[in-house]
Amino acid sequence: MSITVRAAMTTCFLSLAPVLLMACASPVFAASEADFNSAYAAAEAANKEAGGLRNQWTTTSAALVTAKKAADAGDFDQAVASAREAEALAKASIFQATTEKEAWKALEIR
Amino acid sequence: MRPVIRSASAVLALTAVWLGLVPAASAVDTPDPVADARAFQKFFVEKFPKVKLEDFVNGPYSMNEDMYRQWQDKEQFPPYDFSLDAGKEMFGKPFKNGKSYADCFPNHGIGVRQNYPYFDEKEGKVITLELALNRCREANGEAPFSYVKDEMAALTAYMAYTSRGKPFDIKIPNDPRALEAYQNGKRYFYTRRGQLNFSCASCHVQNPGERIRAEVLAPAIGILNAMPIYRSEWGGMGTTSRRFTTCNSQIRGVPLEPQADEYRDLEYFLSYVSNGLPISGPGARP
Repeated sequence: MSITVRAAMTTCFLSLAPVLLMACASPVFAASEADFNSAYAAAEAANKEAGGLRNQWTTTSAALVTAKKAADAGDFDQAVASAREAEALAKASIFQATTEKEAWKALEIR
Repeated sequence: MRPVIRSASAVLALTAVWLGLVPAASAVDTPDPVADARAFQKFFVEKFPKVKLEDFVNGPYSMNEDMYRQWQDKEQFPPYDFSLDAGKEMFGKPFKNGKSYADCFPNHGIGVRQNYPYFDEKEGKVITLELALNRCREANGEAPFSYVKDEMAALTAYMAYTSRGKPFDIKIPNDPRALEAYQNGKRYFYTRRGQLNFSCASCHVQNPGERIRAEVLAPAIGILNAMPIYRSEWGGMGTTSRRFTTCNSQIRGVPLEPQADEYRDLEYFLSYVSNGLPISGPGARP
């Protein structure tokens, strides 16, 4: 590569650097209240289904509380992240309850 | 698979079932409480050959010689004594209508702990001692006690004390609903739950005698014979309801409401498989 080309690339990179830094420093798409409402509703629905199976997890409830608090404080990025975590936990508890309908027999003393 | 091979396999499988080489699915799934209790007791006796069957009611103390000696010393001035005295006083004190707990129980409530829980064929459900006590209160115009607090622990402590040494004698009447309740309790006991993915059996069948943090895990057999218990960890007394709900929380599962059908059935199963072991409650635990 010639020195001229390298210098041009360096100049180009340096001029783009502030833009790249800004892009990394703040989220490209900040979460909105609507995003939170949607994520929270999905998490609540999954947790309700786990409740129907008599198998809710305390960590799901805790993540829902964290999500709500973050939303109340206006931190919708955190609120959405916590709501999604709650939904994932609730879905895991549903999976557990469903598989255990038969799997429990493997532990039985016979 | 070719049809001929498939047919031959089916015939072979059916023959194996017929000859008793392979248990049929229905036979495996049919509850057999007598066989369960026999297998349950055999499992623990073989796992801990030095422990006498009746000693399993002493929970973690039966698993560890040092702890056993400490416990014997502690029994000279047991920490549940205050609760026992309170329970005796409460039990003898008449309700506002002049009746008392003695009017609600066979043999006036003395020496009957070993018969609870029982299956009520009229109601079609399991009735635990804690539930019977609260029903007695409500039938006599008194407010029910919390299932997880001191008053209920005190009452059950006194009733257990008057039954000490009597072997658990839980009956499963010839009623399909009773067998179903037993089976539901068994399923609950072995089912993994909570974020930690533990079942009751994970601790109390697979790991009794092992430590979980500072605690020595108790064996499942005889675990309810000592209820209610004074737990140093709790700094007070705890009922069976408290024990079940706390276990669920510890594995990061949301506990059910005390005396939910699941817990009543669980108590039925656990008590039944400990038939023949003596009541030792109230107990003390680390």
